[in-house]
Amino acid sequence: MKLNRRALLKAGAALGGGLAVGVWVLDLERGKGTPELFAPNAFIRVPAKGPIRVVVGRVEMGQGTSTATAMLVAEELEVDPLSLEIELATADRAYDNAALGFQLTGGSTSTSTSWEPLREAGAATRELLKEAAASKWKVDRSELTVKNGVITHAGSNRSGAYGEFVEAAASLTIRAPELKTKDFQVIGKPLRRVDAVSKTNGTAVFGIDVQVPQALVAVIVRCPTIGGTVKSFDSSKALAMAGVKHVVQVPQGVAVVAQTYWHARQGAQAVTVEWNEPASPFDSSTLRDAHRALLKQPPTQNARNDGAAADVLSKATQKISAEYFAPFLAHAPMEPQNATAHVTPGRCEIWAPTQGPAQAREIASRITGLPLDAIVLHQTLLGGGFGRRIGQDYVAEAVEVSRAIEGPVKVVWSREDDMRHSFYRPSATHALEAALDGGAVAAWHHRVVTQSVFLSVMDSFVGGLTAEAPEKIRTKTAEFAKSVVPSRDITSYEGADSVAYALPNVRVDFHQHEPNVPTGFWRSVGHSHTAFATESFIDECAWALGKDPLEFRRGLLAGKTRHLSCLELVAKHSGWGTPLEEGRARGVAVHECFGSVAAAVLEVSVTDGAIRVHRAVMSADCGRLVNPDIVRSQLESACLFGLSAAMKQRITFEKGRVQQSNFHDFAPLRMNEAPRIETFMVESTNDPSGIGEPGVPVMAPALANAVYALTKKRLRTLPLSMEEGA
Amino acid sequence: MISFTLNGRKTDVDVPPEMPLLWVLRDVLHLTGTKFGCGMALCGACTVHLEGSPLRSCLTPVSVVEGKAVTTIEGLAPKENPHPCQRAWSELSVPQCGYCQSGQIMSAAALLETKPTPTDEDIDTAMSGNICRCGTYPRIRAAIHRAAELKNGGTP
Repeated sequence: MKLNRRALLKAGAALGGGLAVGVWVLDLERGKGTPELFAPNAFIRVPAKGPIRVVVGRVEMGQGTSTATAMLVAEELEVDPLSLEIELATADRAYDNAALGFQLTGGSTSTSTSWEPLREAGAATRELLKEAAASKWKVDRSELTVKNGVITHAGSNRSGAYGEFVEAAASLTIRAPELKTKDFQVIGKPLRRVDAVSKTNGTAVFGIDVQVPQALVAVIVRCPTIGGTVKSFDSSKALAMAGVKHVVQVPQGVAVVAQTYWHARQGAQAVTVEWNEPASPFDSSTLRDAHRALLKQPPTQNARNDGAAADVLSKATQKISAEYFAPFLAHAPMEPQNATAHVTPGRCEIWAPTQGPAQAREIASRITGLPLDAIVLHQTLLGGGFGRRIGQDYVAEAVEVSRAIEGPVKVVWSREDDMRHSFYRPSATHALEAALDGGAVAAWHHRVVTQSVFLSVMDSFVGGLTAEAPEKIRTKTAEFAKSVVPSRDITSYEGADSVAYALPNVRVDFHQHEPNVPTGFWRSVGHSHTAFATESFIDECAWALGKDPLEFRRGLLAGKTRHLSCLELVAKHSGWGTPLEEGRARGVAVHECFGSVAAAVLEVSVTDGAIRVHRAVMSADCGRLVNPDIVRSQLESACLFGLSAAMKQRITFEKGRVQQSNFHDFAPLRMNEAPRIETFMVESTNDPSGIGEPGVPVMAPALANAVYALTKKRLRTLPLSMEEGA
Repeated sequence: MISFTLNGRKTDVDVPPEMPLLWVLRDVLHLTGTKFGCGMALCGACTVHLEGSPLRSCLTPVSVVEGKAVTTIEGLAPKENPHPCQRAWSELSVPQCGYCQSGQIMSAAALLETKPTPTDEDIDTAMSGNICRCGTYPRIRAAIHRAAELKNGGTP
């Protein structure tokens, strides 16, 4: 079978438009089948006997992609999605992410990029099996029906399960069948998660749970200062300790390898290391001054200039301005970073909880010098990702250590390692200015000072994209990308340039600041701080003009039906405009990102300086809902992830060292601090768009807006504190 | 040699007495359902039962459990007859990434032993030591109420 599918990809979307990349066609070519196993494409395995397997091409990090995969395949394959066995994909270009150009789970793209291919895979498999039955029974395929994986020919009263036809189906060719456009049987239903049982009885296997025979456990002593390297070390005490097998230097520090994690950790405490410290380590105390100094300079890039914002502002009689600040943030997924590797002279096997299998494989190839096809990557479940596991540092470490000790090893990070050696959400300062005239915003100037995320991840991304290319081309592409992309990094100002309101004169500028802090994609990326600025400032404009913040937004969103629908839902269900109990107030925010729109109304109180959120009413338009219950769970998740950051979290550096270390000083909300959450979805028949991230950006501004409504104190620094400015 | 009862079976381990129970379970006995999250008893991912009460295994020296009964997520209930919490968790699709859920369920199961019909406040008190980064708290709360119902003979 060969389906002539159209190319799915849009080249360069991930690289800020600055770089043209190859187009990969997701080709539903025959997989590796046998007479007993029909493998018509990369996603479906039909055995002669036993359950049908689906291969999940994206990683499962909690967002529900394995359930969605099962549902999309089952819809067209005409089987019960809960009867399907789930298999996690290996690293293979057959599983490239159509939106990004290589195999990566991120950008809230899993369902949108799977929507067509997985249904097509299911439909093609069904029709091939039907064709095999038709040929065996000498009837026409169109006379056959399928239900629950059983093919029936009503006319001759014959039926048979899919498994009976797998051998015959393997040699057939058909034309690509049409897909259902309505009357879905599985899609749109709140199916329980396919991974729910294994995640409640201890059998689910995360990266850290991988058991490779004879594998030792390694921990790495890292330089506490970002960018520091090993000068010398003394391992004699550690090597004398029970259970400690090796102490070896790797690029990331000194690895202590032992029988168990605890033995390794004990050994690590006995290693003394002298470090080469970086000459001018970054210190957070200098950050705001550095940002403000850059605001006095010309921008690195003008991201948008509609109308004559500068001119209108210079002549305006009434103006407001505000400066907002967002700190560095860690992802802090519950599962500490880890990876297991076994490097032998001709082969490198890796087990890793990674969002980027392609990058992992390419990095392993670079380290070992082995060709890509000698690198075997086994995916595991991820104990949270949030963008952190797009970085591949833990994979590189496992490969380095395994190579050094010539045996299998699992590298396990401590929570402190994770907090202090992450790829952080960049810190940002936003300076906004608006001209107010005749009861309306006449001009809007938004200046963003922040760090490029792409500068940090460029090597790894280009590696993933160009893995098969000759070394010289990879190097040249990386060099070119590094010189062009960071200064035009859309993730630095995304959401600011696309502010949805009908404003007559808009200018958005990006000022690049590079303090040598490793940065990465953090759930909702640039939107996580730009929406705080835009949605706070539009609120400030509303108050300055004496208008209701929600009505003011509506007035500026004419024709933006998705925004209006989201606002309508949160307004209605929060009781916007109706009286609240004494000491409470509401705040609203709405924002578009990852192809979707989300809104929130929060109900807050402030007691003795402590902000508390009592109720969160959330809405979103993310197109058609494959599984409405999982979509809702992603909004609940985004609500608490966003509020944790808005209320509690920041990463700061003192002389290049991260000052936070664990969940006491980088605290997620706990159950007793979590609000009641209600979620409402906009009904839509558009193709699915993202939902893992879109709920996050609205949380911080909705909170600041609610606090202002209650106290008339405008909080502009994250995490929000009533002590701001005191 | 340290002897204790693990999930109903007598277990002997030849490890240093100060080795934390978590690492004895995970790296010596290869029972990996109990998770490592913070190593400082801040997150609850490592929660097990010691004589029926919740215990953070990451900071508990294995010598503490000598001669006592330890239950992990693997031993909470037979697979064919899951614990009411496990049934409720699955029914309400509580887990997202799922990494913290072993600890959440062990804390919740212990709560239901002392408070068969807990209030929201009881749940807050018992569960605030367990962090979930995916934000499953609203569903955990609902699932605990549902588990109480199932445990007290409610409709399965």
